[in-house]
Amino acid sequence: MKKQLAGLLVLFLALNAPAQNIQITKNGKISFYSRAKSPEKVEADNNEVSSVFNTETGDIVFAVLMKSFHFERALMEEHFHENYVESNKYPKSTFKGKIINMSSVNLTKDGVYPVTVEGEFTLHGVTRKVSYTGSLSVKAGKINATSKFSIKLKDYNVTIPSLVADKISEDIDISVDCRYEPKS
Amino acid sequence: MKKTFLITILSFCLLPNLFAQDDLMKMLEEESKKQKKKEFATATFKTTRLINGQSIENVAAGVLDVKISHRFGMVNRGAYEFFGLDQATMRMGLDYGISNRLMVGIGRSTYQKQYDAYYKFKLLRQSSGGRGSSPISISATSSVMLQTLKWEDPKRQNYYTSRISFAHQLIIARKFSEAVSLQLMPSYVHYNLVQNATDPNDIFALGAGGRIKLSKRLSFNVEYYHVLPISFVAGQDYRLPGTRNSLAVGFDIETGGHVFQLHFTNSTGMTEKTFITETTGDFFKGDIHFGFNLSRVFTIKNKHFRKK
Repeated sequence: MKKQLAGLLVLFLALNAPAQNIQITKNGKISFYSRAKSPEKVEADNNEVSSVFNTETGDIVFAVLMKSFHFERALMEEHFHENYVESNKYPKSTFKGKIINMSSVNLTKDGVYPVTVEGEFTLHGVTRKVSYTGSLSVKAGKINATSKFSIKLKDYNVTIPSLVADKISEDIDISVDCRYEPKS
Repeated sequence: MKKTFLITILSFCLLPNLFAQDDLMKMLEEESKKQKKKEFATATFKTTRLINGQSIENVAAGVLDVKISHRFGMVNRGAYEFFGLDQATMRMGLDYGISNRLMVGIGRSTYQKQYDAYYKFKLLRQSSGGRGSSPISISATSSVMLQTLKWEDPKRQNYYTSRISFAHQLIIARKFSEAVSLQLMPSYVHYNLVQNATDPNDIFALGAGGRIKLSKRLSFNVEYYHVLPISFVAGQDYRLPGTRNSLAVGFDIETGGHVFQLHFTNSTGMTEKTFITETTGDFFKGDIHFGFNLSRVFTIKNKHFRKK
């Protein structure tokens, strides 16, 4: 009986031990851009994106602090947080998903591998099931994930007042660039 | 007994897979807890003026704010004066953010043909999280005003400095919630020269004001300055003769790079000494001026520039 318990404990520890296959970043980059004919560029960068990625299962999650998005124009930044994404009410945007073709990626070999990721994207308090394509590039064992996709603001209940409708596009192009390190 | 063991073992094997993504998310949350960042309160008010006076807000570094302000005549003047709209006093101003803590501004008012200049400096910023967070923001502002009306008595010896007055204010503000912000403004106004021997050169006042956001782009503001009965010179009054406390109520409407402030006030002037200490209108008898401030910002220098 004692042996059995000990065996169970070992098994439990083995399953929960910090695995080598966990890759993490705390300074990933996400930038977005609004495709409108505005004289003022509506674009912002966030260099504090955190993400964890399990190379074995392909599970991947992102957490993005909205307040870390910075604009060239201070007032635009203020309006983005106050009026559009409501950063105090919805401080975080997250993605929880899985790389579905992880089997086709060989992390021991340098190269660029196209991947498809499926999961739940939460922005402005709205969660949607999404699927985007991107790529994993492997160089000397270091993994870099990139993706470019676009979202529609109305899908996430972000409304644009008619007064500035010609300055902000309904379609927002987003690009993601994360360089992972093995979790210590 | 064996069965339960098997089930437990099986569930242990399955659990990590089922909740893998949530586990990863938890991992991220724990990581982010380790490096909690100090966050400053932003947008306590929509613009650098509450109504007549300064708010806790500064323009950002490298940003130029062009302000055009109007106060029309008094609404109780009736239809002949088109309820005051036939008359108007105006102030044109330029404000510039030198750093994210310091801004300066200059202006010219038609009322008393005044020139004014001021600075506003953020001493303390309301913040949360991290070390040394503060529940309130404090700013200091001082302005100098020069009225350039013709000398009343050109025959006597007139000094240039007699035209000058100063105002110093502390602004203590707190953003209580997304919708509600309040501020207190202890104020001190100094006149180099006053008209009568019994008029005070130094006047103290306490201002209070706040806003309630009605929607994302519309807020309702109130601003009141109470002249305090403090006088250090025997035989002098504590306020100028015939003056009243300044009261203003209004709305801030924001559209992209513009902020429109529409309001009703019993003050005519738009500089600190004129509205804090020289207001004569009785708000509740209809001596109310309709007015607006129009603000448009231009980014001159991208201090805020992102590092590429």
